[in-house]
Amino acid sequence: MSEDLGHLPLEELLEQIQDNLYGGHPEPVVAGVHELLRRGLTPYEALTQGLIAGMDVVGEDFRTGKLFVPQVLMAAKAMKGGMEVLRPLLAETGAPRIGTLVIGTVKGDIHDIGKNLVGMMMEGAGFQVVNLGINTDVEKFLHAVREHAADILGMSALLTTTMPYMRVVIQALKEAGLREKLIVLVGGAPLNADFAKSIGADAYCRDAAKAVETAKRLMAEKMGAALA
Amino acid sequence: MPDGARWAALRAAPGPILADGAMGTMLFEAGLTSGDSPERWNVERPDVIRGVHQAYRAAGSRILLTNTFGGNRFRLALHGLDTRVAELNEAAARLAAEAAHAPGGDAVVAGDIGPSGGILAPLGDLERDDAVEGFAEQAAALHAGGVDVFWIETMSALEEVEAVLEGVRQAAPRVPVVVTMSFDTHGHTMMGVSPEQAAKELTALGAAAVGGNCGLGPAELLPAMVAMRASAPDAVLVAKPNAGLPVLEDGRAVYRGSPAEMADSARRLVAAGVRIVGGCCGSAPAHLRAMAEALGVAP
Repeated sequence: MSEDLGHLPLEELLEQIQDNLYGGHPEPVVAGVHELLRRGLTPYEALTQGLIAGMDVVGEDFRTGKLFVPQVLMAAKAMKGGMEVLRPLLAETGAPRIGTLVIGTVKGDIHDIGKNLVGMMMEGAGFQVVNLGINTDVEKFLHAVREHAADILGMSALLTTTMPYMRVVIQALKEAGLREKLIVLVGGAPLNADFAKSIGADAYCRDAAKAVETAKRLMAEKMGAALA
Repeated sequence: MPDGARWAALRAAPGPILADGAMGTMLFEAGLTSGDSPERWNVERPDVIRGVHQAYRAAGSRILLTNTFGGNRFRLALHGLDTRVAELNEAAARLAAEAAHAPGGDAVVAGDIGPSGGILAPLGDLERDDAVEGFAEQAAALHAGGVDVFWIETMSALEEVEAVLEGVRQAAPRVPVVVTMSFDTHGHTMMGVSPEQAAKELTALGAAAVGGNCGLGPAELLPAMVAMRASAPDAVLVAKPNAGLPVLEDGRAVYRGSPAEMADSARRLVAAGVRIVGGCCGSAPAHLRAMAEALGVAP
């Protein structure tokens, strides 16, 4: 297969990788990533121009209702294949860090799927993701934010009765002196932007694609502020 | 009474049929705390569960759903209750039957089966055989407690519906099965199933009635039901919408759809060809009573 790939112009090779991501085919994605590296692209270039660019299209089509959860899960699996090749190399080559997300469904709430989808799409966008699972209490959130030096905390709640717990977590972050440097994103069916604002989160994200878009934007602002 | 006989009798009578409204909403009002298992109340607070069923029956509901939406082992495991599937489901069926089958009760008991919360392999982690076994376990307990029909609801994936159906048929092959899905994502289910596809495939799988529930409010459910009607002209259609879309009040989401609005929606849904109408999240006996009056089926 790599012999065939060897003849492709770079532009078409990238396009093919993106198509295979979109279609959820891990093996050709992995082969394509190897070919990019063989041609001398840095791991970071392979990540951004191949995988992330492909997942951007998946995210956009998910947002507009052209793709649904099954297709996104397939694409995320294909992305994972490519990432397994790149992850050790990215660390070795000191590639720019895209960011670390700690994510969990809040205490009392056992809904999983939407939050996992956000995690996968964020991985697809190149973020390192620490998924704390469901029913996550304040201590667990704070511990993970510290341990992984998180840039972003994502909290999910699908119940009207559990969403107020997000405020409790944010309050605890403030008291621990962790809030200021952290981007806090919240999501879940019963939430909205007003609620996010009222509890002191940075943004409400209505779906996984929006979460990625918001995370990228706020990370860029944060990096800009750090440089300034 | 033989399996399915009460359901057949209900179906045979002319006119629209009123199902019931929300269970969870009622239990939260009665003091269920967030994160608690509603199913636990089937044995710990049977008085409350019985009261909800009686209130819906008094409002005119002819189909009472058991308090077992999260009663499969996959959901109960999250509360450490997965060894009590049989006990909690059988108790739930008996409580609903007390209201439905009492002298003059004249209603059917629908054994509520909700999603596992997982995604079936290979896409997700839940093996199909495990899913079938888990749902068969729940269905057997509901059947032992005396349900007249199984009511599979809030489904997103057809693969999971198939697994539930297989489990249900292993446990109680002669009990009819109703299936409704939740069309909450760009007019499709979260997993991308369109109403047209759902109506066709669920009918082909042998569902006694098909439809939509939860997800969004009645205004959003109506076009889905129109689409289902068009693609499965002979299917018995079911609609159980939420009482409007949730709005936030003091950081709490509340459903503010009024009884009058739900009554109006019930009329529209029936005019679109829906036979069985009820309510999902946010609906209470007052909504159901207004719907019963609007449909001319008041008790």
